[in-house]
Amino acid sequence: MTTDAATPEIRPPRLDTGPVGWMKKNLFATPTDSVLTLIGLYLIYVLLGGFIDWAILRATWTGADGKACSWEGAGACWPFIWNKLGLFMNGRYPDAERWRIYLTYALALGGLVPLMVPGVPGKLYLSLYMLLVFPVLAFVLLTGGFFGLPAVDTQLWGGLLITLVVACVGIAASFPLGILLALGRRSKLPIIKWASIGFIEIVRGVPLVTMLFFASVMLPLFLPENVTFDKLLRALIGVALFSAAYLAEVIRGGLQAIPRGQLEAGDALGLSYPQKMGLIVLPQALKLVIPGIVNSFIALFKDTSLVLIIGLFDLLGIVQQSVQSDAKWFSPSTSTTGYFFAGVVFWIFCFGMSRYSASIEKRLGAGDRR
Amino acid sequence: MTDLPVSSEKPRRSIVDMIYDPETRGLIFQVLLVVALFALGYEIVTNTIANLKKQNIASGFDFLGRTAGFDIGQRLIDYAPTDSYLRAFWVGLCNTLLVAAIGIVFATIIGFIVGIARLSHNWLISRLALVFVEVVRNMPPLLTLFLFYFAFLKSLPGPKQSIQLPFSSVLNVRGLSLPMPIWQPGSWLIPVALAIGIIASILLGRWANARRIATGQQFPVLWTTLGLIIGLPLLAFLAAGFPVTFDYPVLKGFNYQGGLVILPEFMALLIGLTIYTASFIAEIVRSGIQGVSKGQKEAAAALGFRPGLAMRLVVLPQAMRIVIPPLTNQYLNLTKNSSLAIAIGYPDLVSVFAGTVLNNTNQAIECITITMGVYLVISLVTSFFMNWFNTRMALVER
Repeated sequence: MTTDAATPEIRPPRLDTGPVGWMKKNLFATPTDSVLTLIGLYLIYVLLGGFIDWAILRATWTGADGKACSWEGAGACWPFIWNKLGLFMNGRYPDAERWRIYLTYALALGGLVPLMVPGVPGKLYLSLYMLLVFPVLAFVLLTGGFFGLPAVDTQLWGGLLITLVVACVGIAASFPLGILLALGRRSKLPIIKWASIGFIEIVRGVPLVTMLFFASVMLPLFLPENVTFDKLLRALIGVALFSAAYLAEVIRGGLQAIPRGQLEAGDALGLSYPQKMGLIVLPQALKLVIPGIVNSFIALFKDTSLVLIIGLFDLLGIVQQSVQSDAKWFSPSTSTTGYFFAGVVFWIFCFGMSRYSASIEKRLGAGDRR
Repeated sequence: MTDLPVSSEKPRRSIVDMIYDPETRGLIFQVLLVVALFALGYEIVTNTIANLKKQNIASGFDFLGRTAGFDIGQRLIDYAPTDSYLRAFWVGLCNTLLVAAIGIVFATIIGFIVGIARLSHNWLISRLALVFVEVVRNMPPLLTLFLFYFAFLKSLPGPKQSIQLPFSSVLNVRGLSLPMPIWQPGSWLIPVALAIGIIASILLGRWANARRIATGQQFPVLWTTLGLIIGLPLLAFLAAGFPVTFDYPVLKGFNYQGGLVILPEFMALLIGLTIYTASFIAEIVRSGIQGVSKGQKEAAAALGFRPGLAMRLVVLPQAMRIVIPPLTNQYLNLTKNSSLAIAIGYPDLVSVFAGTVLNNTNQAIECITITMGVYLVISLVTSFFMNWFNTRMALVER
């Protein structure tokens, strides 16, 4: 009788592998775990069940006004959204001119998408297009008054258009100022340093609401009598100053991460301060803080909803105005439906950007680990 | 041998040399900045004076003493429309501080629970926490406020159909009415007992710590502290013979009278700020815990700590060092975000002072400056306190 025959292979107990094993390990490992899992399942049942019930089973899908959604126990009022979609997207921008908004979006996407996808060539030209050509095109297209395009007053703008304009112009305008403030804060010259610190800390210490109030009621007093400018521009100034202070701190983080040797090498090559900063330090520092900049942009994007306090109607503002004061669409579920829609749009933008920021962070990290 | 002429003067510097001298150039830039700032300031001041004169707006802070003439829905200190604007300012400030303080407490509790749940071994729990964080923090806080205020609290039934809650509380469209405790004579014993309890537990904690360092013996500090802080006031309460009665909300006519009324505006603001900030705190706590090196946890396990104890005694104290600075930022953000109150009509500082008072008096510069100043002071005081706390918690390297 031989003894070197392999002992028969014993398969792991059935209950430790497969879905049952996974559940045993991840959901019911200990009694406490089991209780937590059951509570979690109940929560999911209540929340998800309630949501499906509200959004699908008891929802109203068609109708011409609020009466259609006013039946006993009615859920979401979707016809309200279909009906108001144009208003929510573009405000009271004239119907005949809306193609200009869509063309602007297309031009922006045409530049941004290849810029954001790694490995697409010609990034330099794309950046130049986005920084120099696109703003001019967008301004001409949206405001009009040139080349036979009828002028559209900014009073008529609204909805997602205002949200995007305020957020994008805010971040773009605050970028140069943020860089200057960040450099100023790290400067060895005391007056420049303390002026930068003062500005940054004052702005970061107050809420955006007060900055918007400042821009809308105080700023006009500061200007010569004959100079007036519209509400949107005032809001943009408030937002840009506000976001510059936050951006400055993000960029300062990047500047601090650049080793001193880089600056000393610049000195050794006899470069001037602008050359050292512009050619050596800033390109490295800005690359490091791209995720931080995207996060600032997300914060700014969410904060644009505050412009409704000074009477501009961004996406949330126009939804709020429609659900509160449009008698035609009055029904018990109109407001919830409207906020749900606004929430989903904001969420898609913010979540998308935060995923993008996380992916860059990963890529930059991978570059450093090499 | 002729002496070479040795110049005793410094080498002469041409203007060009001076421009290329970094120090001189720095000086020039700074002078330019000062001149530019002064020019800007001068321009602003002259324009403002001209504008104010033209629009017939008074300047100065005299208006603070004038009669306000408007009512405020929620007040922690006595206030009537006949009081001054200054009084209205204090009412608004108290309301801001109230909602910020309560919001910070709740946001911290929820944030820590969700943050720890994010790292749970239970797959379902960690996923639920993830969904909460990702849903809430990617939406504007104002939207959360509107949702709670207009869609939920404002669509509650009227006073007659109020929702009855335990302890005679009622919830309706006018807010949440709770029974209000009315303290009778003799109740002064309770706060005194509480103060004694707190002082005693601090002393006890020090003594226990000193003894542990000297002898290594443990003392059940947690239980004795709880006993002192809760038990002593409870004893005082019993000793004074239950010196409290309750004022219950009662339906009279069309509305509930009496009791402690919590306005729907306050509830909406509190809920909105709390869950928004909690989602950020949760992420901070998660990254803080993950920032503690794995070896610490393994070492604790090797010493025989159970996971819960290892978390409490080994991981969390170290995570706190990473967590405190961003946590401070979130507290400040919550305080600043409480200014969103103006959008739903909760009478906070911004809504009372930069809203109503500004509209009544037209003194934009004074109102906005004071409001901004208050937030600045709050920010500076908080960061000062947190920096002090942070240095106390910081790792003392040997």
